[in-house]
Amino acid sequence: MSTPKTGRGLTTLARWMLGAQWRSHRGRALVAMVTIALGVGLGYAVYLINGAAFNEFSAAARSLSGQADLQVRGAQPFMDEAIYPRLAMRVGVTAASPVLEVDVALPGKSTTLKVLGMDAFRARRMTPDLVSIPSSQAMLDVLADDALFLSPSAKAWLGAQDGAHVTLLGGTSPITLRVAGGILRARPGQRIGVMDIAAVQTHFHLQGKLSHVDLQLARGVDSDAFRQALQSELGTHLVVDAPSDVESRTDRLSRAYRINMNVLALMALFTGAFLVFATQAAGVVRQRAQLAMLRVLGMTRMDLVRQILLEGGLLGLGGGVLGIALGFMVAALALRVFGGDLGGGYFPGVEPRVAFEPIASAIFLLLGVGVALAGSLVPALEAAKAQPAPALKAGSEELALAPFGTPWPALACLVVGVALALVPPVNGVPVAGYGAMALLLVGAIALMPRLTAMVFRRASARRVARQGNVATMLALARLANAPGQASIAMGGVLSSFALIVAMAIMVASFRVSVEHWLAHLLSADIYGRVVQGGDAAGLRPDQQAQVAAVGGIAHVAFARVSRLTLDVAKPPVALIARELDAADPDATLQMTGNVLQPTSWHSGETPVWASEAMVDLYGYRLGQRLELPVGGRGERFVVAGIWRDYVRQTGALQMRVADYRRLTGDVSATDMSITLRPSTTATQVIHALKKLPFGDALEFSQPGEIRARTLTTFDRAFAVTYLLEAVAMVIGLFGVGATFSTQALARAHEFGMLRHVGVTVRQILAMIAAEAGWLTLLGIAMGCALGFAISLILVFVVNPQSFHWSISLHVPWAEIVMIGCAMLVSSCVTAVLAGHRAVSMDAVRAVREDW
Amino acid sequence: MRPAKPSASPSLECRGLSKHYGSGRVVLAGLDFVLGEGEFVAVMGDSGVGKSTLLHLIAGLDVADSGEVLIDGEPVLSLSDDDATRLRRQKLGFVFQAFHVLPHLTLYQNVAVPLLLNNLSPTPAHDMLAAVGLGGRGNDMPRELSGGELQRVAIARALVHRPRLILADEPTGNLDPQTAHEVLELLRAEIKATRAAAVMVTHSEAAAAFADRVLILSQGALHDRARKATAAR
Repeated sequence: MSTPKTGRGLTTLARWMLGAQWRSHRGRALVAMVTIALGVGLGYAVYLINGAAFNEFSAAARSLSGQADLQVRGAQPFMDEAIYPRLAMRVGVTAASPVLEVDVALPGKSTTLKVLGMDAFRARRMTPDLVSIPSSQAMLDVLADDALFLSPSAKAWLGAQDGAHVTLLGGTSPITLRVAGGILRARPGQRIGVMDIAAVQTHFHLQGKLSHVDLQLARGVDSDAFRQALQSELGTHLVVDAPSDVESRTDRLSRAYRINMNVLALMALFTGAFLVFATQAAGVVRQRAQLAMLRVLGMTRMDLVRQILLEGGLLGLGGGVLGIALGFMVAALALRVFGGDLGGGYFPGVEPRVAFEPIASAIFLLLGVGVALAGSLVPALEAAKAQPAPALKAGSEELALAPFGTPWPALACLVVGVALALVPPVNGVPVAGYGAMALLLVGAIALMPRLTAMVFRRASARRVARQGNVATMLALARLANAPGQASIAMGGVLSSFALIVAMAIMVASFRVSVEHWLAHLLSADIYGRVVQGGDAAGLRPDQQAQVAAVGGIAHVAFARVSRLTLDVAKPPVALIARELDAADPDATLQMTGNVLQPTSWHSGETPVWASEAMVDLYGYRLGQRLELPVGGRGERFVVAGIWRDYVRQTGALQMRVADYRRLTGDVSATDMSITLRPSTTATQVIHALKKLPFGDALEFSQPGEIRARTLTTFDRAFAVTYLLEAVAMVIGLFGVGATFSTQALARAHEFGMLRHVGVTVRQILAMIAAEAGWLTLLGIAMGCALGFAISLILVFVVNPQSFHWSISLHVPWAEIVMIGCAMLVSSCVTAVLAGHRAVSMDAVRAVREDW
Repeated sequence: MRPAKPSASPSLECRGLSKHYGSGRVVLAGLDFVLGEGEFVAVMGDSGVGKSTLLHLIAGLDVADSGEVLIDGEPVLSLSDDDATRLRRQKLGFVFQAFHVLPHLTLYQNVAVPLLLNNLSPTPAHDMLAAVGLGGRGNDMPRELSGGELQRVAIARALVHRPRLILADEPTGNLDPQTAHEVLELLRAEIKATRAAAVMVTHSEAAAAFADRVLILSQGALHDRARKATAAR
């Protein structure tokens, strides 16, 4: 048949209908938009904050290597300077610049200052940004052994102007230096100092040592080939870095944290999507006859789908635009108040600034629109599929939701979700774990109409048999016979409560595991360490002897903490040398399984105990034989056990301090665990230790303080999690409110009819409250079960895959019951408030209302 | 039975139309029916006999077991859903007992919907509103109208795009006798003015009296009562 092409006419009609929707349901549309805005805003803010901090941190790290094509470093923090002339004279190298980098403690400051010892003449070419700027009267200050050049941030931090003197701690000794000028270009917030390399070696007792040598290659030299050749020549004790490795290390250091933050933020967007779905589904149910009339008048199925998707898409667009603005403001505020890592501790020493990112903004905007479209799609398809003739009849609303009663898609989601939970991480990210959580959530929500019908049909049958009161009977009858409409409201309760339960169990499990771990670890009476001074700090043997001689001390176990680079693309692992009983390492460390007894070691092997992260990141296994860049070449090591470490997610190795000293010749100590004699107090001993000549360079803590400090840090790190969780809960309640409100208004006719037949307003409100209460109770019960399932994925899949440590399961029942009660009450109150408006409508008008 | 064929080119023709419900009850059993241009027919019958089903089949809103429906010679039942929708859009107008006026559009917008769906200018909606006695009230919302006025809007919407066939399902079922009389007068006048054919399903003898002829649906077939509406009037 010949038909005119649809064009401007349909456009006008679409515009009119959008206008009508907006005029008649402005509040509902605004709630949906605000919800999407919250989701998009949080996601965008977290992205901007992480991005700004990560980029600034990477840029600051890159600025330290300047124009270098390659960088040669020791696998341990320092290497012998004899390597420098060999590298400088190597064919293919046009310039080489030696650098000695130390993190130096300052009296009264809790963080360190990075001091770079450089050869001023070579650094000028290699790292021009870090060139020292002496005053014009003292150009030779660049070579002076008391001259320190500070970046603007370092000057501001220390409150030191040119010509002033500052005191640094070289190990345990104070060093006074003169601020001789500034640095040509430092990143905002970057706190660094530059000195002559020989002066750093002298002051910090690092004669003959270098941190790295920066290399520039001749034109035409294949950088990758050069690097490979050099690396194989240098062996594992020295590593050759490319500039891209800096970014890779920074990325790996914070990747799990950033991804988890983003996923948490996206949880809010997910609940927002569900709210759009609930809004649109309820709207489609309410407008079922109107949409059918449009079909009768000649609107095709596709036109109808387009119209409903257009409504959803516009909600998403509005919410997305609002969200982008909100996200930008939140990011700017959070960066100013909390810093770039939101208290996570991943990006120290940088001052990132939020910048508008067009591509990211477009992606988040599309995400908002996409989420809204996804939420609208199922209702749109249902509306298009509906037969117009039956849909025109009153009372056919439940038919609209009949497809949601089909259990198979839901069961398929659940099965695939469980299967995904067993999939290993992709590139170190638990993508499948997150997918499993999302599918379980979607599957459980989709299963709700079926479960609601089953539960309430049974309850309704019992109630009818017992002749209960009218409100109860009506409420149960509706829940049993209109499970689709009821389930839309319950989906909001289910999703938000499940997420809350899952997060609560995960956080409690983590916290209790950390508490147990601390209790296991903190067996000494006092813990001491050289004031944070990076690798340059350490107690000499004579100083260790003085500590051990202090009265009241029964035993001091000294330890040396250092770093080891095993893979240039990964952050260094911690090397902890301490007193360990090889036959019973569990007395000191929390072992996760069997240990290799000394009788199983081969002759000449040195045992090391690896943290769980070493298993995930480097594939270490119990009994594995390996080489490590510790001591001379050819030294053999064996993995004698795997232990739990909640501090270093990039990996740590423990070895006996005697083995470390034998292999490296390094007899210094950075940490100590002190056991007291009976009848001696910790305060007395700490007081005596502080009186030692180097006492100011030491800091001490008692187990209770360490425990409290650790748990405070833990809670602070999870503060953002709680915030995002609270937002998800508010969005969930928004959903409940919006859905109940829409349904109550749609039921005005039913309420009017009930009043005509003699049901009082109070009874109707009691019915609404009963419906909401039972529904929410079922939602909470199901949310609890679903949340528990998701928490298993979080605890046993996402957490180990993200942070490379295992935790044991603990359920905070009291907290869950409390939140459940709060949700139940808020849900009932929301429903009654929403219902009150519909019940307040004049009964005659309500019954006469056509739609 | 075969009601008289009033013209050589019928607006509507049903051939051997059959339909049964899921329960097995037969509602239409090989029904034949022809309606000429400008003809106004009332279909009466007991409740549940299949009157509304007949309208739905004619409009392509329901699927027949067998038979054919031709509108202006064009088969309806074999059309795809989209094509049937386009045919309804161009050639049919509907009036329902429950009015089904879109509550959040103004009266003008309601009447203009069929024009816009046909990609035509919405301007004639003003004239149509005036024709049904609601001139100057185009910006009113449906909630401001009485039942009779709402049905006038529905009639204006059914006729505004000059359809070939009007289908009216109990158009006065919700109205008082006086208003029903006015509405039916209007409907008949407009049908005659536009030369559309019309099928009106009704339980009301008074309403049926406005039709050119009255058919009784019984046992799946139509029987002609051969009554002239004009005489009654």
